[in-house]
Amino acid sequence: MQPSNSNAARSASSGVRLQQWLVGLTLTVFGVAMIVPFVWMMLSAFKTEGEIKQIPPTLWPETFTFDNFHRLFTEMDFTTYLVNTLLITLFSFVGLLLNAMAGFGFAKYRFKGRDKLFLLVLATMMIPGQVTMIPVYLILNSVNLTNTMIGIVLPGFISAFGIFLFRQFMSALPDEIMEATRLDGASEYKLFLQIILPMSKPILAVQAILTFIGGWNSFLWPLIIANDEKLYTLSVGLQLLKGQHGTNYALQMAGAAFMVVPIMILFVFAQKHIIENYNISGIK
Amino acid sequence: MKGTSKYAPYVFIGPTLILLTVFSLLPILVAVYISLTDMDLAGLADYSNISFVGFRNYADILSDPIFLVSLRNTLFYVIIGVPLVIVCSLAVALMINFGRNRAFKIFRVVYYLPSVTNVVAVAVVWSYLYNPGIGLFNYILTSIGFDRVPWLTEPTIAKLSLILLALWRGIGLNMIIFIAALQGISRSYYEAAQLDGASNWQQLTRITIPMLRYAIVFVSITTMIGWLQFFEEPFVMTQGGPLNGTVSASLFIYQNGFQYSHFGYAAAGSFVLFFIIIAITLLQLKLQRKQAEE
Repeated sequence: MQPSNSNAARSASSGVRLQQWLVGLTLTVFGVAMIVPFVWMMLSAFKTEGEIKQIPPTLWPETFTFDNFHRLFTEMDFTTYLVNTLLITLFSFVGLLLNAMAGFGFAKYRFKGRDKLFLLVLATMMIPGQVTMIPVYLILNSVNLTNTMIGIVLPGFISAFGIFLFRQFMSALPDEIMEATRLDGASEYKLFLQIILPMSKPILAVQAILTFIGGWNSFLWPLIIANDEKLYTLSVGLQLLKGQHGTNYALQMAGAAFMVVPIMILFVFAQKHIIENYNISGIK
Repeated sequence: MKGTSKYAPYVFIGPTLILLTVFSLLPILVAVYISLTDMDLAGLADYSNISFVGFRNYADILSDPIFLVSLRNTLFYVIIGVPLVIVCSLAVALMINFGRNRAFKIFRVVYYLPSVTNVVAVAVVWSYLYNPGIGLFNYILTSIGFDRVPWLTEPTIAKLSLILLALWRGIGLNMIIFIAALQGISRSYYEAAQLDGASNWQQLTRITIPMLRYAIVFVSITTMIGWLQFFEEPFVMTQGGPLNGTVSASLFIYQNGFQYSHFGYAAAGSFVLFFIIIAITLLQLKLQRKQAEE
């Protein structure tokens, strides 16, 4: 009895190990397919314009060149686009603070109409961008904010989903600490800045990363609002590059790599927090 | 002291409420109004050029052949894209969750990566991959003996090419939601099933899928809403061509609003799309509720 039992267990465990290997192999094959576009982008960005048109294509650049990246800043105005993108990203952190404040207001105070107002905030998530896009443009135009940095960043400040996540997190913070701080004579604002924000570090970190990624990637709204190339962001500039240098794929790949690589590095370091964000949000 | 705490909540939520009112709620009213007018560039320059036209924009747009093509294309994107994204992200999530080795965590990063990268950059890269002459895809196909594929120049294939790109970008987010849900299922269910001799397949269909019901409902509704608004891929890759073969409803609205400055007409189109989104979402909720009762 004993031997046959352990035999069965052994064959079952080798079956499990085989399954593990098969699943791992499948994931690897499709995973490689997922990153092929990025690998091809990186390799092509260092090729010359002539080499990129060769058939059959070379895998590794024959003549390794930084010329494409250089041309982004000499022939195109990528310096301006980079500065604008960083400015937009910086401004969007003001929006992050506003979302945190609102989350706190909804989480820790009782006031008239609170639940209805919160529902209203959530309801705005369901309005499709296509409906608000044109009127927001007209509203900004009526106060002369089109073609300005304020016009680009202001409509994107508030994220209803961000407020929802801040509220979720801050509701769970203990009231006792708030009471103790109030007894020490601190104002509500001091309480928020010196007690609540430091205690909300996990959610702040995730939201800060997502805000950075969102600001860095912002495309459609800058495209609509900015008439002037002086206000273009990296993605709008890259779209322009695609139009102007339609067949120079080496230059295009350099532009794409310049946009994608910083975000990929940030993501690889921060992925644990971003992925766990979905556990905080309670979507299960 | 008493005074500050009384007004404090309003100070905290005030800026948000003002911004949401100006940029989310007021715009709906403005959109309703301008959809009933002939607002265009002349109207933008001088409001006295705007005249009220009633429901003419709605009547015109519903008989506009290009708008109808854009609705058909959108339906094509939704019918093929949504099930593909859900099945693929669920399959990847199940496989990653099945892995016992820590190395499986790397796959979460690999499959999520396309979701965080910039859409223009990604579209630029894929346009190169799809290039009929020097693109990587056709090179691979021809070197293993297949014909060249007109990835972006034949209307139906172009739609499928855009779906492939959107699928590649869309797997990550839904996969993460499914993994979070999978980790919430108690191990005791599986242990009990294994004692009863249930196969892997039985455990999947009898335990895992039913336990994931809420996650699947959530993902299918959000994915459906997202794909009904399909915009960035055709906008950056094809501008709606060839022969309006890839133009989506959202792209049609954008082009009429911001390229031709037909603000009133585009606003009417945006409400048609909004109603379609609401109708399909309600239908989906109803179907799923019915299924849950059975």
